[in-house]
Amino acid sequence: MNYTLKIWRQKSAKERGEMVSYQVSDISAEISFFEMLDILNQQLIAEGGDPVAFDHDCREGICGTCSLYINGRPHGPVRGVTTCQLHMRSFSDGEVIHIEPWRSKAFPVVRDLVVDRSALDLIIQAGGYVSVNSGGIPDANTIPVPKHHADTAFDAAACIGCGACVAACPNAAAMLFVSAKVSHLSLLPQGRAEAVKRVQKMVARMDELGFGNCSNTYACEVECPKLISVTNIARMNREFLSAKLFSEKEKIVRDSI
Amino acid sequence: MRLNAGIPEGPIADKWTAYRSAAKLVNPNNKRKLDIIVVGTGLAGASAAATLGQLGYNVKVFCYQDTPRRAHSIAAQGGINAAKNYPNDGDSVYRLFYDTIKGGDYRSREANVYRLAEVSNQIIDLCVAQGVPFAREYGGLLTNRSFGGAQVSRTFYARGQTGQQLLLGAYSALSRQIDAGNVTLYNRRDVLDMVLVEGKARGIIARNLVTGAIERFAAHAVVLATGGYGNVFYLSTNAMGSNVSPAWSAYKKGALFGNPSFTQIHPTCIPVHGEFQSKLTLMSESLRNDGRIWVPAYKKDVDRLRSKEVKPSDIPDSDRDYYLERRYPAFGNLVPRDVASRAAKERCDAGYGVSSTGFAVFLDFADAIKRKGQGTIDALYGNLFQMYEQIVADSPYETPMMIYPAVHYTMGGLWVDYELMTTVPGLYAIGECNFSDHGANRLGASALMQGLADGYFILPATISNYLAAEIHTPRFDPDSSEFTLAAEKVRERLVRLKNTGGKQSVDHYHRQLGRLMWENCGMARSQPGLEEALERLPLLREEFHANVRIPGSLDEYNPELEKAWRVADFLELGELMVRDALQRRESCGGHFREEYQTPDGEALRNDEDFTFVGAWEYKGKSCAAELHREDLNFEVVKPSQRSYK
Repeated sequence: MNYTLKIWRQKSAKERGEMVSYQVSDISAEISFFEMLDILNQQLIAEGGDPVAFDHDCREGICGTCSLYINGRPHGPVRGVTTCQLHMRSFSDGEVIHIEPWRSKAFPVVRDLVVDRSALDLIIQAGGYVSVNSGGIPDANTIPVPKHHADTAFDAAACIGCGACVAACPNAAAMLFVSAKVSHLSLLPQGRAEAVKRVQKMVARMDELGFGNCSNTYACEVECPKLISVTNIARMNREFLSAKLFSEKEKIVRDSI
Repeated sequence: MRLNAGIPEGPIADKWTAYRSAAKLVNPNNKRKLDIIVVGTGLAGASAAATLGQLGYNVKVFCYQDTPRRAHSIAAQGGINAAKNYPNDGDSVYRLFYDTIKGGDYRSREANVYRLAEVSNQIIDLCVAQGVPFAREYGGLLTNRSFGGAQVSRTFYARGQTGQQLLLGAYSALSRQIDAGNVTLYNRRDVLDMVLVEGKARGIIARNLVTGAIERFAAHAVVLATGGYGNVFYLSTNAMGSNVSPAWSAYKKGALFGNPSFTQIHPTCIPVHGEFQSKLTLMSESLRNDGRIWVPAYKKDVDRLRSKEVKPSDIPDSDRDYYLERRYPAFGNLVPRDVASRAAKERCDAGYGVSSTGFAVFLDFADAIKRKGQGTIDALYGNLFQMYEQIVADSPYETPMMIYPAVHYTMGGLWVDYELMTTVPGLYAIGECNFSDHGANRLGASALMQGLADGYFILPATISNYLAAEIHTPRFDPDSSEFTLAAEKVRERLVRLKNTGGKQSVDHYHRQLGRLMWENCGMARSQPGLEEALERLPLLREEFHANVRIPGSLDEYNPELEKAWRVADFLELGELMVRDALQRRESCGGHFREEYQTPDGEALRNDEDFTFVGAWEYKGKSCAAELHREDLNFEVVKPSQRSYK
């Protein structure tokens, strides 16, 4: 099969970028989208050109390194998969494919299709953990967890941190990402002890970093390659609200002493 | 050089406790004055950096990815072993130790393996406390599954994403220490060289992958947690960026490389489909709990299958050869990985492969779906089935999976002593990066266990024994002559690579290297094949350095340059692997020399001459590496021929 690729080229964060057209031909339907880009890059190297930079690593849909808007959709046209799991059989012969980097203020372009997503790390650093040290831990089975809590926590913990939710959101909000971590930990008894502090710190950090607000379009859920549900956002909002109430109550208690 | 592993005296069950009681400690005020560099943020690196930070050391952690959460441990699927004996099926620390020694075909160090089994339970406790969502029973307690090479169920798992959940646990612990200021993160960095000062590891040279800047970092000790080198085969289940370069630079600076030829070929991967394939995808070993492996018993059915005249389900049970169940009735489909891989190769080489390429066997879930129902199978393996379907456009619920062995893990790695220190003082290697615990074959669900054991529990306890003598050593100046010289050499090598000005891409050579290694030093090895590889490898290396083309410049984001550096190192490593495979004139575990097999095709060990670790010393560019031996003494387990019949 043959394709016309229109790819965003940008030398560095400081330089201007533009869309550039390329042709690839004799592409097998069985190869992956990245293998198609590999072929393009081999072609460019042979011609003495500059290969296209894109982020990728595990190529099996779990590390979250890959990104890309493909024809305007994060991770391309197939629901519930990452770009690295896309195969060319999802595109038709002769198709024009537009390939761009994530577009969000919080994710500056590094080069071509590669963006800087360290803002997501900074949010986790603000509180996306249970504060335990590696010594003096009780036996794992001393904490029973109802199976459906464990399963729901797992569904949220499956987030791969790729940033597609931010890329899909018209406001570039990171609510799905943050709420997935908040839900994962607040659904488990191990995470309850600092649930109040966690949600406040993570939300505050998210706001600082320039992510937008949620206006309930649910585009994030549709484009999430791991099908993380927006009910996590509702859960986070509830946690956040009750955290607010709790800290005010705490204030009253303090004031009365 | 005499290799001394420094194994503590005393009965095996007391060694680790005795060691910890006697090891020197560093008090909290002094810890703050000591810097430690950790390279790599997989299970071993992230857990080590987090724990060292928690203890109060000043830690700098490096990864080539954009964030530490992406290290390739994330792709581990099946599970993590521990000797909890929750199912009450007869497990114990001793049994986990014994199974691991036996699974490794008696080529690992008893004391290390016992310690690994001993700390395995603490890992589960810690991970659960961190919020790792392991699978549970309806009663709320943890559940287990069985894995290859064991007759008990001791594997804890989180659906088919255990590595992901454990890594996110370690990443969360690491993030907590970064926020507390105990750990500094350097992402998008390739570590290109080790810096030694007066014979001790004192720092690293790194390349900032975004700006291209060559950076210097100093510390009192350096810990390598850089994973395995399976990408020497080009096609493997490793991530695209997985590489040997930091470990290789350590080797060239004097760290010995142990058992480089010991490679694990995983039996259940999606088969190779074509020329442009960039990587292989693993299907978890846990699938062998419920899937049955077979090929047709008769050649006529093979032809009809390949031409799609019949479907697999059209072949009646009586005309199928469930060859693992036939050859190994005691363990059946749950034999260790090396045995399962070789058996698949044997059937395909004999002409019974079921795909159009002839290199695939069936992994069939029809019986399990009938027995347990589709819902149960979906809950156990849903994400794996979906992954398979996405790649091959075929549903495993309806037609059996096609699988074939692929390079997955490297048991070899930097030689370390009991304290996980390499032969360079102050330089440690942990996780897959070292050679230590798996002998000639790793059992399933043991890699996650070893990575976390090393990082959370073992290294933090042993490194203080070294650092206690360093409390008077002031912080190092990364502008000193040793650092300047090392940085200049790195820059020179980069310039040389960049200016080669040839015609072929890096991938062109990497693919050729991979094919050569797979054919001559892969699942089956022979003296003529290995000797041929020894002749061809230097030629390939020369051609690479004369004719590779690297676009772009040094001082920018340049993925082709990163790849070139890695492939240049793989081209050297390949030769050491071949030499090691050649000197080991026996078959053991994943190392199968065709000349040494039993009449029924099993690996034939030679304990008298080869009960040792082969540790190689770098002797310069123009000299062959020198082999040193660490003799293995089996005091507890008596080596015998492994039998899974």
